[in-house]
Amino acid sequence: MADFVMPTLGADMTEGTLVQWKKREGDHVTKGEIIAEVDTEKAAIDVECHATGVIERLIIRPGDKVPVGTIMAVIRENDKTTTGRTGAQAVAPQATVPAPAPRMDRVPGSSPQAGRLRMSPAARKLAVERGIDPSGLQGTGPEGAITLEDIERAAAVAPELTRPAVAADRQTRMRQTIAAAMARSKREIPHYYLSTTIDMGPAIAWLSEANQRRPVTERLLYGVLLIKAVALALRQVPELNTLWKEGQAIRSERIHIGTAISLRQGGLVAPALHDADRLSLSDLMKNFQDLVKRARAGSLRSSEMSDPTMTVTSLGEQGVETVFGVIYPPQVALVGFGKIVERPWVANGQVLPRPVIMASLSADHRVTDGHRGGLFLSEIDRLLQEPQSL
Amino acid sequence: MSTTTDGNETKGRILRLLGEIAPEAEVTTLRPDVSFRDQFDLDSMDFLNFVVALHKEFHVEIPEADYPKYMTLNGCLAQLSAPQS
Repeated sequence: MADFVMPTLGADMTEGTLVQWKKREGDHVTKGEIIAEVDTEKAAIDVECHATGVIERLIIRPGDKVPVGTIMAVIRENDKTTTGRTGAQAVAPQATVPAPAPRMDRVPGSSPQAGRLRMSPAARKLAVERGIDPSGLQGTGPEGAITLEDIERAAAVAPELTRPAVAADRQTRMRQTIAAAMARSKREIPHYYLSTTIDMGPAIAWLSEANQRRPVTERLLYGVLLIKAVALALRQVPELNTLWKEGQAIRSERIHIGTAISLRQGGLVAPALHDADRLSLSDLMKNFQDLVKRARAGSLRSSEMSDPTMTVTSLGEQGVETVFGVIYPPQVALVGFGKIVERPWVANGQVLPRPVIMASLSADHRVTDGHRGGLFLSEIDRLLQEPQSL
Repeated sequence: MSTTTDGNETKGRILRLLGEIAPEAEVTTLRPDVSFRDQFDLDSMDFLNFVVALHKEFHVEIPEADYPKYMTLNGCLAQLSAPQS
């Protein structure tokens, strides 16, 4: 048996609300498949399942808000189907829901404890669409079967379970989440800051040449070059690609770049571009476009929220030349880029106008020192001088 | 020169695409000769998406060098009304 628990979808997330299950009891799930939609202070997130098997029980109901780590569902894993568990044991995980009981508004005894509900596939489908958990309903059909009308009635009297209501005060809650994460960062992380000015001439020349050959749907933005350069530089200074957990620096094998994306209604998220060091610029661009689109539409995946190993923020287009960011715990470093500006630049004894960008590093002094941080920024600079190798 | 009717129709299509990219934009009060990016929050990703949307809607090729011509509503109208070379 594997427990599917309320995941941590970002620093300082303490609880989440189940919006809807994407699977039903008895359904087969594969590792990585979306099993649920969970609403956090920041966004509604599609949560991936970490086990492969058959869903034995869905414990939490849509609309329930539970703490991180709460068992939400029990999955019978494929390779453990022959362990000869009895029915009694199979439902046992129910008892492991942590007390104090999370806010569950329904009377515990009102839900059927075993067996499938009597309801038509149409009613089941409607229940999913309306975000209604049918197991809490009193059926009015033959033999207590739940009818389409029962679902509609439940949807009408349960507006607190519907999406707009969940989203309504998200603004406030997002502010609170950012406040909590950033206050924790400044309280716990001894930041140090470095910056350097990078000549973007070669990168921009290479980019406009490359974009001339590309159809409009496949063109690159220079931001993608910056992300790739950061990801590759992390290979050289891997101690910055580290998470600080319980007083220990744990180095990450893979490089997932958190990309700060501002949301139209205010606030920001920094979901991960997975394996940014290994993707081609074209693939990175596609994934980046997709990530921005989904971040703004509020459909990020759980792994994207919980996985970043280091974050890149670019405030450039809002007109500032430098940004010194606040590290997003449990990460230990953040790179900031300002806007590209044309400045006098001395090369080979001559002063020339060049497009330059200011790159900054905010890093955790518990894990690295300025010397390694400086090498890291130099490596980003070096990589950007050879854009064809990115 | 396109007729006024054509111009209005083109304008409507452009504003619709813009609204899809920046839903908060007040397209009804948009100033046609001022850059979109000075009127609402459009980043380079949004602008690229806008150019891609124009490409798909009007079947025009827009090289990167021509992006500045599409930064205002009037600019877009001038480009999209002109016969394609």
